[in-house]
Amino acid sequence: MFADAWTYLLSHPTQFYRALGVHVALSASALLIAALICIPAGIAVARKDKLSLAVVNAANVGRTLPSLAVLALVMPILGTGFAPALFALTLIALPPIVTHTIVGMRGVDADAVDAAIGMGMTRAALLWRVELPMAMPVIFAGLRTAAVQIISGAVLAAFIGGGGLGDFITAGIAMMAVPQLLVGAIPVALLALGTDFLFGALQRRMTPQGLRAS
Amino acid sequence: MNWLLRNWPDVLVSLWEHIAISLTALAIAFAISLVIGIVAARREKLYGTVMTISGLLYTIPTLAFLAFLIPLVGLGRANAIITMVAFSLMILIRSVATGIREVPADIIDAARGMGMNPAQIMRRIELPLALPLIVAGLRVSAVTVISVTVVAAYVNAGGLGTLIFNGIASDHPAKIWTGALSVCLLSVSVDMGLALLERRLKNRRAA
Repeated sequence: MFADAWTYLLSHPTQFYRALGVHVALSASALLIAALICIPAGIAVARKDKLSLAVVNAANVGRTLPSLAVLALVMPILGTGFAPALFALTLIALPPIVTHTIVGMRGVDADAVDAAIGMGMTRAALLWRVELPMAMPVIFAGLRTAAVQIISGAVLAAFIGGGGLGDFITAGIAMMAVPQLLVGAIPVALLALGTDFLFGALQRRMTPQGLRAS
Repeated sequence: MNWLLRNWPDVLVSLWEHIAISLTALAIAFAISLVIGIVAARREKLYGTVMTISGLLYTIPTLAFLAFLIPLVGLGRANAIITMVAFSLMILIRSVATGIREVPADIIDAARGMGMNPAQIMRRIELPLALPLIVAGLRVSAVTVISVTVVAAYVNAGGLGTLIFNGIASDHPAKIWTGALSVCLLSVSVDMGLALLERRLKNRRAA
């Protein structure tokens, strides 16, 4: 079975690399756009109690929406292809990143902030040198969750013509061609597991020395 | 809207199918997780291993998991239910084990002092006290399972995803809207209902 999948892969290298490229490009762009929107927005929102609660609650509702439903709802409005898939995947990534940024920023030790102000730090220095470094592990946990969700969601992007490795899986299921289906499923599973591992490692490295458990 | 008015009985059948598949998967996953969670709660090494394995299962994309099972169990409902069980194990086992671990040691000491045996302590002290956390885990996994069921329609498991896929295949926006919005409504209401239950259980414990 796996040998057949390997043979199929070797005989279709161009399609495979193109699908892999689309998958990675789609996922990375969605994560980047979502992070560029949510991290600054989360930092701004975190200073206001009521607004934080409202945004976290709204994001929690957003998190319960199935990825495929989001992709499907985008299709009648924006059509099919790479751009609508990118839009839907970005939407899917917003809730985990924004909630983790808010929770991370609000969880910064108040004594540390007081001490920094007492030392005469400006607001900008306070943010860059105290608050952000201390919130970083939590923000990275959010990015990790979002990244894995995006990669899984990008498999489903095949249904709305977004391309990616999902194409091999859907074509494989449609024709009941197991080798073809595995050529999509195995790389995408490895991609998700690898991303999870990578972000886990980054999260540990981003944790300031003083906050590390051991 | 007109399409929905003409076809609402079919939509209700799909909704019912969706709920039935999700509930079956959740019940199986909960039974497995309860046993593993109880056994692993006080065994540090075993708990680590169980979390690593169930974490791997949780990370694999849904459609890839469904695809892996096709050579083994083929298309259909069995495939969908195995996938959903694999996906909910991590959340459920973690909530059972964490709930049991957080029971204060002096309460267990007191129970032992009253002459309870380990089985009685588990049934009458540890599990009831762990209940709010277990419900919290059920809430997250219920939402996850509902979401996986949508994709599972692609391997002929039925449910609301069928409407979405038919709508995409026949370029019929009304079907897509109906399927996608009903499934969103279902997840949000299950999430809110279980959140309410969770809060009640916590308050009862505090009172």
